[in-house]
Amino acid sequence: METIVLIMAVIASALRLATPLIFSALGGTFCERSGVVNIALEGIMIMGAFFAILVTEFTGNPWLGILAAIVAGIMTSLILAVLAIHLRANQVVAGVAINMLTAALAAFLLEMVWHRSGQTDPVQASLTQNPFEFLEGIPVLGPLVGGLNPFVYLAFVAVAISYYVLFKTSFGLRLRAVGEHPKAADTVGINVYKIRYIAVMISGALAGISGASLSLGTVNLFREGMTSGKGFIALAAMIFGKWHPVGAFLACLFFGLMEAIQIQASSLGLDWIPSEFLQAVPYVATVLALAGVVGRAVGPAASGQPYEKGHR
Amino acid sequence: MPNVVEMRNITKEFPGVIANDSVDFSLEKGEIHVLLGENGAGKTTLMNQLYGLYQPTSGEIYINGKLVDVKDPNVAISLGVGMVHQHFMLVEPFTVAENIILGSEPVNGIKIDMAKAINDVQKISEQYGLAVDANAKIQDISVGMQQRVEILKALYRGAEILILDEPTAVLTPQEIEELATILRGLGSQGKSIILITHKLKEVMAMSDRVTVIRRGKVIDTLATKTTDTDGLAELMVGRKVKLTVDKEESVAGDVVLKVENLKALDNRHIPALKGVSFEVKRGEIFAIAGVDGNGQSQLIEVITGLRKATDGKIQLNGNDITGAQTRNIIDAGVSHIPEDRHKRGLVLSHTLAENSVLGDHLKEPYSKNGILDYDIIHKHCLELIEEFDVRTPNEQVEARSLSGGNQQKLIVARELVRNPDLLIASQPTRGVDVGAIEFIHKRLVEQRDQGKAVLLVSLELDEVMNLADRIAVIYDGQIVGIVEGKGATEKELGIMMAGGNADSKEKH
Amino acid sequence: MVKKKESKLQLLIDSVKFPLMAIVLSFLVGSLFIVWTGNNPLVAYGALFGGSLGSMSRFGETLLKTTPLIFTGLSIAFAFRTGLFNIGAEGQYVMGALFTVTAAWIFKGLPGFLLVPMILISGGLGGALWAMIPGILKAKLGIHEVIVTIMLNYTGLFIANFFIRTALNPSTLLGTEQKAYSVLLPEHGRLTQLTEIMPVFGTSSVNTGILLAVVVAVITWFVLFKTTLGYEIRSVGNNPYAAEYGGINISKNMILAFAISGMMAGLAAATVVAGLTYKIDQSSHSPGYGFTGIAVALVGKNHPLGVIASALLFGILSNGARKMQIAGIPKEIVDIIQGLIIIFIAAEAVLKYMPDIKAKFSGKKDKEVA
Repeated sequence: METIVLIMAVIASALRLATPLIFSALGGTFCERSGVVNIALEGIMIMGAFFAILVTEFTGNPWLGILAAIVAGIMTSLILAVLAIHLRANQVVAGVAINMLTAALAAFLLEMVWHRSGQTDPVQASLTQNPFEFLEGIPVLGPLVGGLNPFVYLAFVAVAISYYVLFKTSFGLRLRAVGEHPKAADTVGINVYKIRYIAVMISGALAGISGASLSLGTVNLFREGMTSGKGFIALAAMIFGKWHPVGAFLACLFFGLMEAIQIQASSLGLDWIPSEFLQAVPYVATVLALAGVVGRAVGPAASGQPYEKGHR
Repeated sequence: MPNVVEMRNITKEFPGVIANDSVDFSLEKGEIHVLLGENGAGKTTLMNQLYGLYQPTSGEIYINGKLVDVKDPNVAISLGVGMVHQHFMLVEPFTVAENIILGSEPVNGIKIDMAKAINDVQKISEQYGLAVDANAKIQDISVGMQQRVEILKALYRGAEILILDEPTAVLTPQEIEELATILRGLGSQGKSIILITHKLKEVMAMSDRVTVIRRGKVIDTLATKTTDTDGLAELMVGRKVKLTVDKEESVAGDVVLKVENLKALDNRHIPALKGVSFEVKRGEIFAIAGVDGNGQSQLIEVITGLRKATDGKIQLNGNDITGAQTRNIIDAGVSHIPEDRHKRGLVLSHTLAENSVLGDHLKEPYSKNGILDYDIIHKHCLELIEEFDVRTPNEQVEARSLSGGNQQKLIVARELVRNPDLLIASQPTRGVDVGAIEFIHKRLVEQRDQGKAVLLVSLELDEVMNLADRIAVIYDGQIVGIVEGKGATEKELGIMMAGGNADSKEKH
Repeated sequence: MVKKKESKLQLLIDSVKFPLMAIVLSFLVGSLFIVWTGNNPLVAYGALFGGSLGSMSRFGETLLKTTPLIFTGLSIAFAFRTGLFNIGAEGQYVMGALFTVTAAWIFKGLPGFLLVPMILISGGLGGALWAMIPGILKAKLGIHEVIVTIMLNYTGLFIANFFIRTALNPSTLLGTEQKAYSVLLPEHGRLTQLTEIMPVFGTSSVNTGILLAVVVAVITWFVLFKTTLGYEIRSVGNNPYAAEYGGINISKNMILAFAISGMMAGLAAATVVAGLTYKIDQSSHSPGYGFTGIAVALVGKNHPLGVIASALLFGILSNGARKMQIAGIPKEIVDIIQGLIIIFIAAEAVLKYMPDIKAKFSGKKDKEVA
């Protein structure tokens, strides 16, 4: 029984840890599938995490907090959109710039509103608890369910919706066409710019929710540096998952599991493996995936290249 | 037969060039009408206006008798015009069906009705005799099927008027025959077709009428059965003012470059060279003539080490240089005036001085022990500028600030002054003004007189006939004939360039 | 001759125009934030510049902050010149630090005048080796360097943490209790403080590292613009097709450029470890010099001498931030200004470098084919 409880705890932990990754990876997928590289996921997550807490603090309603995170995410992503699509700037530089700016902005606002640096006070209204309390009584799965927060369920829903939109709707077909061969899409009358803008904003919204799931969904506060590179791991998961929502989802679960194991290493009797090695697994795995060791990872053909209409 | 399309007095100007000059063009219902002309004649530009990718500077377009303003492809499509581009506009990882419906998807709410899409595709595929596999991915199917997908794309959107731009450029002979059958079938179903091409054989085999365009102007429109490949070749190439160069008889010496059975693929892994063999001797100008896209670019790339050959041998002065690195080929005494001066010939953001030693930068006196001697480099550049009359304030300006003609002169200067055994000149006078053309031609002949071997590749028949001691014609990746420069006629060369035979005559 | 001289000055002004505008704009927007905090921008900026330049001691501290930024700025600028984006400077920095401490321990028997160069070289080596991984992957397999280098940033951090916790820990090497940092550098392996030779620098801890940084910047400038290596690297970066045509080996130069770039980042670490911290700490994140280096390189127009000036600017911002904090203005404003600078530069960089490169890479013809 002990081991089962432990395993359930690890799985629950893995799901909780994977959740922010899932949202951001989905966002990255939409964005890159349309041909825009989004290195700024990390920075958008920061904005999402912060504004979720801020608005929850002032309204007492965590759902408004999530809404605020979405709006913040979209606004931030628009900076990338304008730079990348309209001004045709280097998308990577733009992404890095946004990451630096948002980190600074969050720290500044933290100081202004809570009058201290490092982290905010915890908010009262929370979304960290299992929404389905009645299920906790179930044998075996009870403790598992008990360890999940609403965001986990939202993540699963988001994966399903993303898959559907991307592969079953005409918007999704056009988006993918724009990312592979924008000229071809242009010649059948599709507005490449419009689709890319929408894709970037979708990724902004998703990354915003991701941030909210990190702050509002686990610790009920915002702490500087709490994203700790998860935005980049999400990108890695996206590549690992071959730019497919379900693939990215599975990759995120894998990374979440790795992190969960690393946290629970001693109870699992795994403390002979250096924790640093466990921490490094997702990153090394990505490099191997890119190098074709774990199957060639080939992204959308037009990714990263600004489109110039009329340029033949 | 009523006219489904009439383009009246169309003029299209781009900065610095008039691409279409008062062009009149009409298309009758159910006919296959060819637009014939050399590269740069204005054929694609004209059709791009019919499809809404460009707007005419002046002139009118009538479709089915109504005056229309084709603002963009969406408008063209709604008017029943469909275009199959020279370079396919297909999304490789998508299926045939997905490509066909892209932008006009049948939907059930927001969901694509894929079953209906596949059904519709199969229906029109059967209706028009265009066999395709609706569920296959584009990257997995043959080029011939890809083209059929492109045609179906247009038909799916209700095109009554089809424009095909150089459709046979990428097809095998069998696929070309299949295409001819398909087009005739479409014609009999009431579709009207415009074919853009420069290939005479296909014109005779596939069309009802031909409109010949040269340098943006319409030369003539005639019924195909009233002419033949000879007649068309003459119209297409035309009588131009010849730039004659005084040159003496060449005294050809040893073989400097020997190419044997060379084969290579292009960037899309389609065979571009299918067994090319020739020799270039000391003291002669050997020219390769042909229409663009028949393998010349790939040939030069292989000889200069910028592309790998898949078969065959190259020898320079008796030494095997097949597969050698560009660095070594340059050192072995080969100079190369590249066909694209912006892509290959210059680093635009570097100064003229830095560009003047591109390729020689590791050699003394320009550098020693890895350190560049800028005094010597600047002197060298100034010499080049002087001797070749390159118009520039000084040698320190960036290469991009020079005009095209002067950029070309600098490149020519650099390559000639290096004193090579073999000089390769690829489109050496492209985009250069008349005075500079004359100058460059004189220098090329000079090289020849000094005993160098000169390999000239040019799309300009005049240039070839003017300069060459021997002329080879390349068509579809093979040398179809080598003739003496003296006594070669335009007609003879024109026929070979378009795939005909110098000996036989194609009569319709 | 007169024409040339004028154009040189004109060129300088032209190239400084954009970065200057970006900086001024960022400070203007920054002042909006300052006003929001209820402070006077002039007072704030006064504290900023006064705090970093107000006295020789303060200037010394500014130079201390500038040193690693010159190195990482050079690292990224050099990579940019080859057409590559080295976001991996963070990881290369960490590996450089690792090699520095390791070398200091292994060679501690050497006399000071040999040990110090040994340490510095090792630091550079660590960074270079770490950078060659993405370099080789890019040159041989065509894998884009951005994600690889980001991944290696984290991996490098974990590797370093591992060794600090185990093999390099004072508990392992000296038998003391477990510490959260590595064994310290021996006295004779440390960089000399400038105040020992130039007392004018007062209380600051600025060391010979800054001199090394400037020297390396000048050498980099020389290599880039006066040697065949630099010529080839710049050609590959500006037009790989023309470089290939000129017989230049593209993959060799790519790998070399990455290695040199990594070496600079490694040297940044070496000068910080040998000159200031004398050890490395276990940490959940890398120090950030690699990221600031991106801003430094961009503002410095990827030119080694521009990098020096740019690094100084960011050194001023970094040092002055603390003084601003004391004057009651949140130091985060400086970070905001820094972020804004990059965004404005990113928007402007378009005009300069991108059009040519993009056109070449997509094989677009410059003429219409009718």
